[in-house]
Amino acid sequence: MRPRTRSNGFAATATSRQINANKKTSPMNMLVNDHSARDQSARRPLVRIVIVGHVDHGKSTLIGRLLHETDSLPDGKLDALKAVSDRRGKDFEWSFLLDALQTERDQGITLDTSQIRFRTASRDVVLIDAPGHAEFLRNMITGASQADAAVLIVDVTEGVKEQTRRHGYLLQLLGIRQVAIVINKMDRVDFEESRYREIETTIVKQLAGFGLTPSEIIPISARHGDGVAQRTAAISWYTGPTVLEALDRFSPAKPLADLPLRLPVQAAYKFDDRRIIAGRIETGQIEVGDVIAVSPRRATARVQSIEAWPEPDESRAPQTARAGQSIGLTLDQRIFVERGDIISAIETPAKAAHVLRARVFWLNEAPLTVGAAINVRVGMSESRGRIAAIVGAVDPGLLSPSEGKVIAQNHVGEIEIALSQPIAADVYAANPRTGRLVLDLAGRISGGGLILSIAEEDRGSAAADNPTPQQITPAVSLFSDGARARAGKLAQRASRLETLLASLSPAERLARFRGETDGRIVFTTSFGLEDQVILHVIAEHAIDIEIATLDTGRLFRETYELWAETERRYGRRIRAIYPQNESLEALVEKHGINGFYASRDARLACCHIRKVEPLNRALAGAAAWVVGLRADQSSQREATRLVAVDERKLLKLSPLFDWTREAVQTFVAANEVPANPLHAAGFASIGCAPCTRAIAPGEPERAGRWWWEDDNKKECGLHVAPERRTARLAGTGGAAS
Amino acid sequence: MERLDDLEAQSVFIFREAFARLKRIALLWSLGKDSNVMIWIARKAFFGRIPFPVLHVDTGKKFPEMYAFRDRYAVEWALDLKIEPCPPLEVIDPTLPPAARSAARKTEGLRLALAKYGFDGLIAGIRRDEEPTRAKERVFSPRGREGEWDVRYQPPEFWDHFNAAPPAGAHLRIHPILQWTEADIWAYTKREGIPIIPLYLARDGKRYRSLGDADITFPVASRAATIDAIISELEATKIPERAGRAMDHEAEDAFERLRRNGYL
Repeated sequence: MRPRTRSNGFAATATSRQINANKKTSPMNMLVNDHSARDQSARRPLVRIVIVGHVDHGKSTLIGRLLHETDSLPDGKLDALKAVSDRRGKDFEWSFLLDALQTERDQGITLDTSQIRFRTASRDVVLIDAPGHAEFLRNMITGASQADAAVLIVDVTEGVKEQTRRHGYLLQLLGIRQVAIVINKMDRVDFEESRYREIETTIVKQLAGFGLTPSEIIPISARHGDGVAQRTAAISWYTGPTVLEALDRFSPAKPLADLPLRLPVQAAYKFDDRRIIAGRIETGQIEVGDVIAVSPRRATARVQSIEAWPEPDESRAPQTARAGQSIGLTLDQRIFVERGDIISAIETPAKAAHVLRARVFWLNEAPLTVGAAINVRVGMSESRGRIAAIVGAVDPGLLSPSEGKVIAQNHVGEIEIALSQPIAADVYAANPRTGRLVLDLAGRISGGGLILSIAEEDRGSAAADNPTPQQITPAVSLFSDGARARAGKLAQRASRLETLLASLSPAERLARFRGETDGRIVFTTSFGLEDQVILHVIAEHAIDIEIATLDTGRLFRETYELWAETERRYGRRIRAIYPQNESLEALVEKHGINGFYASRDARLACCHIRKVEPLNRALAGAAAWVVGLRADQSSQREATRLVAVDERKLLKLSPLFDWTREAVQTFVAANEVPANPLHAAGFASIGCAPCTRAIAPGEPERAGRWWWEDDNKKECGLHVAPERRTARLAGTGGAAS
Repeated sequence: MERLDDLEAQSVFIFREAFARLKRIALLWSLGKDSNVMIWIARKAFFGRIPFPVLHVDTGKKFPEMYAFRDRYAVEWALDLKIEPCPPLEVIDPTLPPAARSAARKTEGLRLALAKYGFDGLIAGIRRDEEPTRAKERVFSPRGREGEWDVRYQPPEFWDHFNAAPPAGAHLRIHPILQWTEADIWAYTKREGIPIIPLYLARDGKRYRSLGDADITFPVASRAATIDAIISELEATKIPERAGRAMDHEAEDAFERLRRNGYL
């Protein structure tokens, strides 16, 4: 270790000077024709690092010290800073290096963010200074948002303060995951290790609460240089890296070429005969010939060319482009593409969001409130929106913040925004670039954050094209947890679809429901009258809905005959789902072949193995389920709704929910729909042969099912509303629909 | 040269944002190395031809080499060039130090051009590494009705989302090369083969690192007679780029005052 002087508080170490000594030239800075240095510079990585922390904890001094230690200051700068300090009657003040504005110097505070460059042995560093005052948080965010990594500085004599926490929280929200902690002013506590440990424990715990894990925690004295470029004797108990070494360990941001393609469209140009779609690839890559999807409008086309200027020879025309490049391309079809659209790979398109949930920070003086109209930007896309809900609004600077219902200036919270037009977007977890949003009021940026979840635009209907916030705003908060949020979204869709389909015929209901739903829809039939009506409609209107039946192995002979006749009549196969043979064999082994008569539990076990479990397989991966329930079938089914949410997290459509038995019979007769001859013999609801009997005139429809049991338990477990989940978990059995 | 590709892509992105979001923009061409790079990148952004005017606010005191360069490349690059003269020194704030006062003619010239054409955006080639108040700039930087820069109330700007709605009568300065360094400019100029004014290259042991008005701009000692040599020189030098620009150094706040009043 070389001796240092402390006279003016910023003595350089000889070692750091040596880093640059070999690059130095004559005193006049004349050229030395050093090509190796230039080549090195081109290849040296560039890392952007923001220095954040509470006011007066030493951000500017650390930056000054780093520049000084790496011999990065221009000639005359130190003298100029001394003169500026003298003029204000101050000791030498490092902050004047970056606080260039007169107001900043006069008031001794950093107003706005600034940047300065220096070099370590291995890389170029852009240091971003961020103001520590709460009122300039917008400027801290402006600076920090450009950083690949952060240094959070804490004054050992003051410990963790509001802005330490606020900055820590915002780093996380800005997507910065590389963070080193610097514990400054160690000289003020005689470099006591115990004081360092104290702060270390506190800050690690508090940052963990924000989801941040610091890479290093470095004890330093920025003023005297300990721990900045050297582990001095004073901190001999510390074995970790110096600040300079820690900076060298940060990685520059990498272009996200491995994620699915996202090309937000900036503009479509028609300067000549080419129609060029211009934008910057945020993630992924693109190649001439790729089929792309345009969100949110669901158009597709093939990439015809990647355009460039100066125009290359045909043989050298670019064929591929990747994340980070600003490009122009032409498509093989004249589809409408405009600013705000996102071009994606066809397999993994961006979502067409019309409701967004996001964790945001808010910068405007007036707080953000529920009902506020706001402009939402994702990529180049913009839409008006309304704040539908706010939860967990807190001041992240407070140690135990209380949750509010509005997001005040410089606070954070989770919001739900109902958009007036769908915009292309992703959730942050899927794509960090198209998964973040910016909020603006009248063109002025007022907040921003990460998208946590998206409710997609629903296709087709007029109602879906122009949803009012009321229509898509849930009555209750969706925020309690992920599962509830998803269920809440489904409930929203169910109630919206219910409104949409209520006045329609069953055929229109099925067709419209199909159009409104992304993904597979499965209709399960037991060949009852209602099921036959639905099957008839699906087949006659060629609606894209799968038809499946659960063959328990114990159905009536007549039912099997009807099955075959139905396939013949409608010319399509009905998918059969069977019980798992091992479970069934074990069941019969345990209870005997007709064990279900012995106890309700045995009956429910049989229903479960022969119907419920196979049904779960039939519905696996489906988005929706169509059934033949009617509300007037039984007391259990009174609450049947047109569109409900099944506990399997799918929509359940009962297109005949409001029909009477007579209406069903009339339809069957009029359309010569094949029907089970057992109906004529007094069987109203037909399930498994051993468990179904005919009913007498005037008996409830389902009285013939499990007739030896009470009426209010005559369900097998296929149809259980979520709120009655406990009944099913107790083990219910199966009624055919 | 991945870094230059990144810088270029970012600048192209900014140009396209300015063109998409503002109604009437112009690119300020000072004829120097930085605005030449800007023009080159703008041509890339718009596939050959810049779809808005290029404005030279002319003090009338540039080096003859600069005028020759302008007249040649305005034609060669098919620029929609507008030349606007600056008012005489007499109308400029007499409390400014002499060189700054002289430079402030350009601020006045800009104000007149803004009024004449009604631009809501001016694209300027300033860089953060040139000077500490420029280091505090936004990419889209609002200016008041008189062209003034209110450094105390700059709006937030993050994730490449810009504030692009200036109030009526006000305008935005757009800074597509804010992130570039002097060395980046030269490396890119070399790589792309962008023409330069020969004053940048050393003759008789001197060269200009920054070009402005002939009477307030001075050369620095250098033997860098090629662009490669300039790049190597920049690796080693500790002399600031604007050392030869007199108006920066007359007083601690001379340049800040210029900039707050609307200078670039």
